[in-house]
Amino acid sequence: MKLGKTLWALIIIKLFVMFFVLKALFFDETINTKFTNEADKIDFVYKNLTKDR
Amino acid sequence: MDLSSVDFSRAQFALTALYHFLFVPLTLGLSFMIAFMETIYVSTGNEQWKKITKFWLRLFVINFAIGVATGIIMEFEFGTNWANYSWFVGDIFGAPLAIEGLFAFFLEATFFAVMFFGWDRVSKKFHLLSTWLVAIGSNLSAYWILIANAWMQDPVGTSFNPETIRNEMSSFVEVALSPMGVSKFLHTVGGGYITSALFVLGISAYFMLKKRNFVMAKKSFVVASSFGFLCSLFVLFSGDESAYQVAQKQPMKLAAMEGLYSGEINAGIVAFGVLDPKKEPGDGKDPFLFEIKAPYALGIMATRGINNFTPGIEDLVFGNENFNIISADDRIKSGKIALGALEGYKRAKERGDQISVLENRRLLEQNMQNFGYGYLEKAEEIVPPVALTFYSFHIMVSLGGYFILLFFVALYLSMANDIENFKKFLWICVWSIPLGYVACEAGWIVAEVGRQPWAIQNLMPVGIAATNLSGANVAISFALFALLFSALFIAEIKIMLKQIKIGF
Repeated sequence: MKLGKTLWALIIIKLFVMFFVLKALFFDETINTKFTNEADKIDFVYKNLTKDR
Repeated sequence: MDLSSVDFSRAQFALTALYHFLFVPLTLGLSFMIAFMETIYVSTGNEQWKKITKFWLRLFVINFAIGVATGIIMEFEFGTNWANYSWFVGDIFGAPLAIEGLFAFFLEATFFAVMFFGWDRVSKKFHLLSTWLVAIGSNLSAYWILIANAWMQDPVGTSFNPETIRNEMSSFVEVALSPMGVSKFLHTVGGGYITSALFVLGISAYFMLKKRNFVMAKKSFVVASSFGFLCSLFVLFSGDESAYQVAQKQPMKLAAMEGLYSGEINAGIVAFGVLDPKKEPGDGKDPFLFEIKAPYALGIMATRGINNFTPGIEDLVFGNENFNIISADDRIKSGKIALGALEGYKRAKERGDQISVLENRRLLEQNMQNFGYGYLEKAEEIVPPVALTFYSFHIMVSLGGYFILLFFVALYLSMANDIENFKKFLWICVWSIPLGYVACEAGWIVAEVGRQPWAIQNLMPVGIAATNLSGANVAISFALFALLFSALFIAEIKIMLKQIKIGF
């Protein structure tokens, strides 16, 4: 079925770009990847919330 | 904080949300329309209805396949670009999204497979049940996502824990059934239903104009005009309820939607107006270069009564003692006390000074409702972009009125046997297809631009919510997003047009 194949191809390309290009290159760093323990995460956010004061 | 990085993060999020919502409305409404059509097929056994169902199902599948997972990109952005926000909202935002993923999306996705691949493989009734479950599942997905969004507009059922710097859910029921969330859901899905009805109406009209598959196109036209007419009336009422909720929880947004600078008793609604682009709060100038107002209407909508006061932008910025509205300056002072108390709490904890811990906690709780104001320097910073909010709102409302008229005429004419003679009207139906999308996107602009500068109403401005990233990095990913989404959108239109040309 031609429509089905086209759509599956589109879905696979889209997911590849999303997870292997965008996620891997631009969205690879989050608070959970940057810090492993809870206290460091809290400290990071606390500093960001209070640093400009 | 690098401002260009914040602005690029905002632009990127706006682009993602607006593109994502090009796919969502059709999924929400077309799924129900297909379920109606299939119900007629199963109950009458008429093979024409099976063909009609299958035709619209093909278009539904194209939209679903291309749109699915585009929303996940927003979750990437939450983690990377909005790390402070993501931590601060804690599990409150996470819970509805998790429910959406675990239950609603899986319900939708599982039965989607049966709906698309299951013709002749499962019984008629089971197939019909699957179609209905896809419709219900996709709308349930929307519910939980909109509940999460509504919490940002009105953070209820929560308390802030200074120990973890997170908001913690104190009442799931308050979050899940927040009046802001329920009204937002009803209005948003209503808009999606109208967009879908316009889509079916316009394509059916095109087939009738070309005299192809005329009978099936006319049947589809009747379904679309009936569904569209009922939904456009429903959206009128859900919009009224949404505006009432905004008036209660986000009065600044309502004032911006109406260009209301100076509050009024029995305020009128601007039916048509041109804003003075040079207008600033407190400058004494008339905000409009030209306006036509319907008296009393805004006051009734915002307060559900007459002789009540609707605050304007200046009342909310400078305060109004007569109506117990405190000024933004006072709220900024209160916010700075809250921020100072958070710092004091942390230092007292480190010293082990229990009395100071309790005192700072008390101060923080007393002033928490103004926490985000502590980051502002000037009272005027609480004013959102008025022109964009005002014009988007008026475009949405005008289109809402147009849709009621269009569906009414369509429904009336569809009863006649010579609808093919009303060629101009049929072309109007064809060219009205994009207008549903315009109204939906305008509605989102009102909802999101109108609540600036807040990422979370009164608790966190966008500048604090954002992560300090390199502006160049965000700019590159912004460009890539624009490219990816544009490619997907073009692919959707091309594949759709090809399928439409094949016919029923």
